[in-house]
Amino acid sequence: MSENNSVGVVTPQTAHFNVPLKLRSGQILPQYDLVYETYGTLNAEKSNAILICHALSGNHHVAGKYSEDDKYPGWWDNLIGPGKPLDTNRFFVIGLNNLGGCHGSSGPSSINPETGKRWGSDFPILTVEDWVDSQAHLLDHLGITQLAAVIGGSLGGMQALQWTIAYADRVRHALIIASAPNLTAQNMAFNEVARQAIITDPEFHNGDYYEHGVVPRRGLRIARMLGHITYLSDDVMGEKFGRKIKDTIKYSFDVEFEMESYLRYQGDKFAGSFDANTYLRMTRALDYYDPALAFNGDLSKALSKAKAEFLVLSFTSDWRFSPTRSREIVKALLDNESTVSYAEVTAAHGHDAFLMPDAHYHAILRSYLSNIQTDID
Amino acid sequence: MHNNVKITDFRQDFAIIANWVKFGSKVLDLGCGDGQLLQFLRSSLEIKGYGVEKDDANLLACIQNSTNVIQMDLEDGLSGFEDQSFDTVVLSQTLQAMRNTEKIVLEMLRVGQEIIVTFPNFGYWRNRWQITAGRMPVSKTLPYQWYDTPNVHLCTIHDFDAFCYNHQIEIIERKVITDGKEVSFMPNMLGNLAMYRLKAR
Repeated sequence: MSENNSVGVVTPQTAHFNVPLKLRSGQILPQYDLVYETYGTLNAEKSNAILICHALSGNHHVAGKYSEDDKYPGWWDNLIGPGKPLDTNRFFVIGLNNLGGCHGSSGPSSINPETGKRWGSDFPILTVEDWVDSQAHLLDHLGITQLAAVIGGSLGGMQALQWTIAYADRVRHALIIASAPNLTAQNMAFNEVARQAIITDPEFHNGDYYEHGVVPRRGLRIARMLGHITYLSDDVMGEKFGRKIKDTIKYSFDVEFEMESYLRYQGDKFAGSFDANTYLRMTRALDYYDPALAFNGDLSKALSKAKAEFLVLSFTSDWRFSPTRSREIVKALLDNESTVSYAEVTAAHGHDAFLMPDAHYHAILRSYLSNIQTDID
Repeated sequence: MHNNVKITDFRQDFAIIANWVKFGSKVLDLGCGDGQLLQFLRSSLEIKGYGVEKDDANLLACIQNSTNVIQMDLEDGLSGFEDQSFDTVVLSQTLQAMRNTEKIVLEMLRVGQEIIVTFPNFGYWRNRWQITAGRMPVSKTLPYQWYDTPNVHLCTIHDFDAFCYNHQIEIIERKVITDGKEVSFMPNMLGNLAMYRLKAR
């Protein structure tokens, strides 16, 4: 992708909400901030808005950069921009940081206005449903009644799905990518190990580590290392690192294999920039999401009120959110005679594939998005 | 985009299929290619259509044409589709390339109240002629050499009639065409493309 199809330098904005948000847990968030970015121009009819829902470690910085020489563009910059598959010449794109996050929206590391101290362990555990409610309030704030589309990968795909259930009239298209209608026991098990790594870190202090001037780095680092193993396929790890030795076998526990170097690098990078309390909450939101639960496990019934048109995508080598899980969503949509297409993209990169600029994958998104009408009345 | 489709733009077999599909009904097209048949049925009969397609390029074409398409391999059956959930399930000129031929027909009967199956008639006289002359048939409907053909289960009209009889399948209607024209005299000899409208007995 060339430089000139970037959305350019972007500035995040913050919306403050004074109306209390009632959460699924029964708790109430009396007031909160949502930090967001927008790209492109909202048309006069306000009919060209697309919401991007982020995954576990994502945030509102979806595209563009923060300065001319910023080396790290937004996390889905390969998709979004003028002339890109999600064309900002046509669409008004919104990215936000979910509640409980650590990039500006209210979360465990932000200040609780009632105490003047960081929320820490007091910050409630939010669900996908709660997030979608808060996102709807953000749309109200922006004066947008109906989204042209909601797009999300992984945990973001769960939010996109939830949009079509909770706000059926407010979303015309849902693009659900590398996602699932709930997590399998194995998938939840990875989350539990990740949380245990954080919670048992001596510097976790029951989630109030800010007070102690420390962060549970070791736990967060291990949690992220584990995550990275599950985001890649066996084949890609083999191809990328194989059994390559960095320097020489030293009969030690230092970094000796390339793979170890990669995992430690990823773990360190993440532990230095992400909040452990947020990580705990994001994984819990993943665990809890199960729209079929209220319908005796019948996903078709859960989706019976959805009015959106759907594009469901999965990746062949994704074993954390396998194609089988996407097919369950498709099956439920077919049962309801929803308008749906399903693509199973051949890709080597495992779960990470949804963030990669694979030509066929992007061609599908480009084609689908270019058919979305924005001239509705 | 495709609102003003003329019937003449489409193949003769499409016109016959359209006659067998009810207005406003729900149609599943297996091996739907770029979605042409579904678009034709949608514009002429306002059907609710879904295609099943394995090939990436065809899938992309369907999405470009705003045609519902589900990417899956028919050889695995139709497990994502409920019993009797479609009015009509179509398998157009794909039967002969299926490995699990028997299974897919039975799956179609499970999912569809009626099914439409079309295939090149191997009993067509030109095919017989080429075999008599000592060569494997190559023609417009069978445009492959023996070594590169995807067709693994070719059959004649008589063969398929017997298949239906043996599997308790009722033949509601059968049409046989050659070069776009209907053939009623000696169809197993003079017919190039066989088209069946079927249901479970």
